[in-house]
Amino acid sequence: MPFTNEQLERYSRHIILKEVGIKGQKKLLNAKVLIIGAGGLGAPAALYLAAAGVGTIGIADADEVDLSNLQRQVIHTTADLGKAKVKSAAETMTAINPDVKVNTYRTFVTSQNIMNLIAGYDFILDGTDNFPAKFLINDACVMAKKPFSHAGIIRFRGQLMTYVPGQGPCYRCVFKNPPPKDAVPTCKQAGVIGAMGGVIGSLQAMEAIKYIIGQGKLLTGRLLTYDALKMEFHTIKLPRDEHCAVCSAHPTITKLIDYEQAECDMKK
Amino acid sequence: MADTYQADETVDITDVVCPVTFVKAKVALEEMDEGQVLAIRMNDGEPVQNVPRSMKEEGHQVLKLNANNDGTYTLLVRKVGD
Repeated sequence: MPFTNEQLERYSRHIILKEVGIKGQKKLLNAKVLIIGAGGLGAPAALYLAAAGVGTIGIADADEVDLSNLQRQVIHTTADLGKAKVKSAAETMTAINPDVKVNTYRTFVTSQNIMNLIAGYDFILDGTDNFPAKFLINDACVMAKKPFSHAGIIRFRGQLMTYVPGQGPCYRCVFKNPPPKDAVPTCKQAGVIGAMGGVIGSLQAMEAIKYIIGQGKLLTGRLLTYDALKMEFHTIKLPRDEHCAVCSAHPTITKLIDYEQAECDMKK
Repeated sequence: MADTYQADETVDITDVVCPVTFVKAKVALEEMDEGQVLAIRMNDGEPVQNVPRSMKEEGHQVLKLNANNDGTYTLLVRKVGD
């Protein structure tokens, strides 16, 4: 389909780039990205992916917009309080860019639904805030051979890693198992600086875009850490675990697991 | 006759402004084969200043800039690379 003058103008700053061009922009418009979690990470990622013209964006979250979300979840506004996060996010994305088709899934991911959720997508963003979901997303993406971006934020720190099937380690190669319940505080208990979601969520969007247009080097086999107070970024090289329980040649985990959530995170 | 070039395709960028002028020309070139010639009709002023330079920066061969009699110009560019 040829670009309209309006689209040429909207995407002109992309198309001018040698690394994107009209071919790259077409790839973006044909791409399908699923964002799991419409929170601190998912909000900025969704905004940038929609603005970039990623043609189909799925967003999954069961929560409603709460006043305490607005300090960092920049896709929602005060007028959205009480609204389903996926609805609020979809409205903002469509308002930014009507080229984008948004699929909303008002659910948390579980072992029962995740394979169906990720099936139609080219790239997955993990924007969740808890270890059970992070391990579930990793295992499902490994099993379904889907690339995904892992990220986590807490206090003034953030981390990021990209998994591409057959290239480098998965999340479980590095972290093995979820920590014991309550061993690590969630951002609800520990706090998080709002702009951290902006930094790390935007990096997730950047990884998705690079993957789609096939340019540059992804954060595979490396973990990026960001310490805002020290103002330091580090990347740590990480090898694949040949005996990884999920991504090795002889996995011991062949079924998805719903780990138990820490009690303080449970919905009352 | 060495300076007479036959255009394979034509694009009119007089209906858009910078940077879409260059973008529209670039899009037209992307759909052509290496060695083909594109005629780009543009307004005087900013497009005449910038589009030929941007085409050179992209590695294409700028062949000729002809003044039309209506205040517009036609730039002939040969596509280099795929």
